[in-house]
Amino acid sequence: MIDLRKSDPQFKWEIAKREGGEGLLKCFGCSDCAASCPVRYFDERYNPRKIIRFTLLGMKDIVLKSPFLWFCAHCHACTERCPQGIRVAELINAIKNYAVEQGYCPDGYKMQLDLLMKMGRLYEVEDFDLKKRQRIGLPPIDKTIPEVAKILESTDILKVLKK
Amino acid sequence: MNKYAIFLGCTVPVRAQHYELSARNVAKELGIDLVEMSGASCCGFPLKAVDAETALLVAARNISLASKIKLDVVTLCNSCTAMLSDAQIQLNTEEFHSKFKKVGLSYPHEVRVRHFVRMLYEDIGIDKIGEAVKKPLNGLKIMPHYGCHYMRPSQLYGFDNTETPHTLDELVSVTGAESVNYADKKMCCGGSVLGVDEELAIKMANHKLSIAKENGVDAIASICPFCTVMYEDNQRKAEAQFETQYGIPVLYYPQLLGLSLGLDANAVGLKFNRIKSDSMMEKLTR
Ligand code: SF4
Ligand code: SF4
Repeated sequence: MIDLRKSDPQFKWEIAKREGGEGLLKCFGCSDCAASCPVRYFDERYNPRKIIRFTLLGMKDIVLKSPFLWFCAHCHACTERCPQGIRVAELINAIKNYAVEQGYCPDGYKMQLDLLMKMGRLYEVEDFDLKKRQRIGLPPIDKTIPEVAKILESTDILKVLKK
Repeated sequence: MNKYAIFLGCTVPVRAQHYELSARNVAKELGIDLVEMSGASCCGFPLKAVDAETALLVAARNISLASKIKLDVVTLCNSCTAMLSDAQIQLNTEEFHSKFKKVGLSYPHEVRVRHFVRMLYEDIGIDKIGEAVKKPLNGLKIMPHYGCHYMRPSQLYGFDNTETPHTLDELVSVTGAESVNYADKKMCCGGSVLGVDEELAIKMANHKLSIAKENGVDAIASICPFCTVMYEDNQRKAEAQFETQYGIPVLYYPQLLGLSLGLDANAVGLKFNRIKSDSMMEKLTR
């Protein structure tokens, strides 16, 4: 059940002012996004229209705590179909970013951030890989790219994740 | 001479060397010069769900490397293409550009970002590729898989048709193979869901695998390492989850193109594909 007494009227404005969130208030609930969504097609627990609806209603806790927010594959099928021209995938992503700021970041993403801090890449380049590359005639690549850590340190991302 | 900076990203240079190898060798055959981007990192996409702006800065730093050597960028991964393209557009806005400058980066020369396959289609063109085909893949049925970030969002790319894409179909056909036409061509592989709910991700991947089986294809043509993870690396899991047998090879498009240009199996790294394409290759030598 939705208890509107728990609604946070500021929530929708918080999202709407973010990059990607600007279209939020234009949503008229037609469900075209849900109808075109491949994740929704295979798993009804995920529904982009519902996430947007709950956001408009200010149901902040429900939206931010829901594991299904992270089901969005960012595939942009919805973006192509929205009759209101809302960049739906970017809107969902803006909600994800806000959830992270509010302390709801899935562990998998934290791990990826750690890897990027350490190496500037997601996969370690081992000597074995470099040898294999050489053997089949591919040029060498940098093992680590420390400049990435510098960028991460210059933004709020580490603070947000309380690193 | 067509000359580009090649952006490899995280996955391709360590997990999909056969993709990289075939793309480089195809480029050589077609007179395309690929220049290394020394110092290139992750594209930034893995950070987007956490903090889009930081992701864009990481992407933009990679673009600045290409900008300094004044070369347009080609990429091999769909998500890298989307992330770098987005950053390239953002660099033209004052707000983002000033944040970019604040971290000590510069963008002295405007550069474009495109997927390697799009570059083949636009800059080399079907006709010229057709003229270079020496060993047409006659008799093969190939299922093209586009993946999401090759043509979506259209706002970013303005390329191909997002509802009924056709460029990869044309590129497959020009090799002499039959490009299988099927519904749900634009369906997502499920890769982004893999870390969240594996069973669901496999369900999504299984959708196209089952279509491939119904159509009796010889191979799926992929243009993204994540899509290949779903269709090739996780094919066994799909077989187990849906109690079926597939055994469908998943080749990177440049591998197929390379074979048609007369490159041998080694030059396109065929032995690195997890699902062996022996029966497909047999058809070609018959
Ligand atoms: S398609 Fe657009 S307008 Fe319709 S429900 Fe989805 S976001 Fe709202
Ligand atoms: S971007 Fe997300 S919400 Fe939109 S169609 Fe894809 S999975 Fe569904």
